[in-house]
Amino acid sequence: MKNTISQRVADFLKHFPPFNFLDQYDIEKLSEKVSIIYKEKGAIIFEENEETHDSFYVVHKGAVELRRKSQNNILDMCDEGDIFGLRPLIAHENYKMEAIAHEESILYAIPIAIFKPYAIKNHNVGGFIIDSFASNTQNPFSKSHSKKLYGEFLEDENMGADVIDTDNKILDLQPIKYSKKIITCSRVATAKEIAKTMTKKNVGAMLVVEDMLPIGIITDKDLRNKIVTGDYSINTTADVIMNSPVITYSKKMTITQAQMAMMKSNISHLCLTKDGTPNTKVVGILSKHDVMVALGNNPAVLIKALKRVKKVKEIKPIRAKIMQLLQGYLDQNIPITLTSKIITELNDTCIQRVIELSLAKMKTSPPARFSWLALGSQGRSEQLLHTDQDNALIYEDVPEIIQEKTRKYFLELASEVNKGLFEIGYEYCPAEMMASNPKWCLSLKQWKELVHNWISKPGKDEVLLSFIFFDYSLSYGDRDLANQLSDYIFGDIDANPIFYVHLVSGALQSPSPTGFFRQFLVEQDGAHKDFFDIKRRALMPLADAARVLILSHSVKGISNTPERFEKLAELEPQNKDLYLSCAYSYKTLLKFRTKQGLLHHDSGQFIELEALTKLEKVKLKATFKTIKELQEVISIRFNPGKITI
Amino acid sequence: MTLKERIIESLQILGILKEPIDEKLNRTIESERFVVLDTETTGFDYNNDRILCIGALTLENGVINLENVFEHYIDQEHFDKSSVQIHGIIRSDVLDHKSEIQVLQLFLDYIGDSIIIAHHTLFDMTMINNALARNGLDKIKNRTLDTATLYKRTLIKSNLIQHKDHYSLDDLADKFDIAKTDRHTAVGDAYITAIAFLKIIKKLKGKDPAIMLYHLFR
Repeated sequence: MKNTISQRVADFLKHFPPFNFLDQYDIEKLSEKVSIIYKEKGAIIFEENEETHDSFYVVHKGAVELRRKSQNNILDMCDEGDIFGLRPLIAHENYKMEAIAHEESILYAIPIAIFKPYAIKNHNVGGFIIDSFASNTQNPFSKSHSKKLYGEFLEDENMGADVIDTDNKILDLQPIKYSKKIITCSRVATAKEIAKTMTKKNVGAMLVVEDMLPIGIITDKDLRNKIVTGDYSINTTADVIMNSPVITYSKKMTITQAQMAMMKSNISHLCLTKDGTPNTKVVGILSKHDVMVALGNNPAVLIKALKRVKKVKEIKPIRAKIMQLLQGYLDQNIPITLTSKIITELNDTCIQRVIELSLAKMKTSPPARFSWLALGSQGRSEQLLHTDQDNALIYEDVPEIIQEKTRKYFLELASEVNKGLFEIGYEYCPAEMMASNPKWCLSLKQWKELVHNWISKPGKDEVLLSFIFFDYSLSYGDRDLANQLSDYIFGDIDANPIFYVHLVSGALQSPSPTGFFRQFLVEQDGAHKDFFDIKRRALMPLADAARVLILSHSVKGISNTPERFEKLAELEPQNKDLYLSCAYSYKTLLKFRTKQGLLHHDSGQFIELEALTKLEKVKLKATFKTIKELQEVISIRFNPGKITI
Repeated sequence: MTLKERIIESLQILGILKEPIDEKLNRTIESERFVVLDTETTGFDYNNDRILCIGALTLENGVINLENVFEHYIDQEHFDKSSVQIHGIIRSDVLDHKSEIQVLQLFLDYIGDSIIIAHHTLFDMTMINNALARNGLDKIKNRTLDTATLYKRTLIKSNLIQHKDHYSLDDLADKFDIAKTDRHTAVGDAYITAIAFLKIIKKLKGKDPAIMLYHLFR
């Protein structure tokens, strides 16, 4: 039955293949039979070897990952408009991969019985489906599709072990990805045969070999320049039109070397041989495109891509690549300090872009100077994973007469930015600690009044707010405003020393990580029952203590926790060892959290102890001793026992 | 009396368990068939205004089947020009109109004994019940849930945060990032309500993974 929702489904589907080949009437008819399905993040849509459902799926919102259990890596990521789970329905076999909601998703389930007649009737629809089966995906950037370039398909299990998976590895030092299965011909093959094979195998270049050794190479370009122009007939043999000799390289070269080699010789394909000379067996071929794909994981390329985006929506896929890069860094054991610097830099650039794009959307330019502050873990440059957004906005004091207008402008801007950040993957802050909240979008004067209130009359809530707020860093805008506020905070704390005491007792209130017998204290109830809360029990006590100590030394401009400890080690030589081990512990814990977060695609706050190795548990426990010692130091120094909050 | 019933009874006597659990509700939220509805009316006066359209859909284990969507327009005698601007429904606009009694009969068949979900349920239910009474029919006795109240349960309780007393469907659509394309059509609003309901349940599950149907009625 035709209804408002089915029409909306039709409006969506008509933009995506293969539905765009159908006429309006057919799409509407089809849409009336659709079911709309909501899946939570991590929910399974179908499992490997499960019997097929009677529908296939289109992603309306969110993203769905397809993976094979045996390989434990993502084969394809479907997002808005992509279809999945169709091939098994047509081939009458069980699902070969499992499909899991990568994020909260809304899917359209289209019954195969309704869809099939259209696929048979309409050649474009059928053609699209056959094409997508050949590549096993609809997404041209997915892993399986890119393999097409080598003329090999997913079914080639035998090549699996020989390909060095570079997806998660680092830029310049990455070894190149090559394939053992090379499309070759003999010197007597005709241009016509060669073109046919290249089309069939879907490759851009063919090697001409003799006795297993490369004697020449023919690329798409050669066929275009020599055959299509009519200079040579299509029956010309390979040895006439091939490029010879072949420029060969060793398979052990890195991405950067490959890139330089291509630039130097102005060629688009490199032939890789066993020892790098043309006198040994060919082991692989590498195209310019492969190099570009591999380079996608380079921070410089990502920053460039970010600067080029024109819509907030375009930032999301780049953020997915940033996460891949992070995984690579962790896999390679790159120091966590360096890792967090690079990732924070990239995350900051994402945020800056969102703000710039939001500013461009506003009807007028800002009526006053302003600074956009990141609070909490982003402010401390410790945020590696997607977490909630915590932010605030300070604007310059303006004359009374335009105050209301100014306030309205920045609130509107902040709403736009918060929405944009949500779109690229930062959840809204459940406590509404966001600049679009009128409480956190204030003039400098109002901010000063507010923090003065916290500092002069500290209660439990005020201390909590100070904890979140005093770790701010500037994301965008005027540095001077942020500095003025910092200076004010230091001056005010000096005038109200009682505030330290409150801050310290607050810092000591974080729950202890271990119980009496040094076993881990796990959560007792809620969704994370029996999990270890690494954020509250281990990271927060360290971050809180570092903040108190650094404030007592009036050091501004350092908000990163390990850096704070390193600075403290300098300032207090008598406690140098403790502070350095705090810095080290914090880094270890952060790495733990990040790894867990990537593993479970969440914030990594809760750790399943069962899943840890013995070594990991020992490492984790070692940091707790440091936490305990540190808490003793500050409790003696500031003696918070005297007051109660 | 089974052991379970005996335990429940003794807990009630001891005052530990306040109210008896309706056994019908002692199951998972996924196993229930819900009807999510919205009405478009000529205005907000329970006595003088009339229903223009009832839109509803069924929700079962996170699935909305578009083959089974309820969208019926009611022929109007009472007609207020001002509400046309909100709803965009002009009398001759939609061809397929039915009499009030026809639509109500279809609606009663459609809902069966399912639990009804709406946003500000009281309004829609009062409008429908008044219409039923005008046509000499009984009130709807189905259990109802309200996304406006359920949403409040997902919010963090803290004296640092001031929550609104009243959350509109627009508020929910914004918070949950649901497209507002068909806002102010009955089925469009029912759809937004359904997705909001699913997202609310997901949030409540984050607080208590073992949440059952009867928890929603507390």
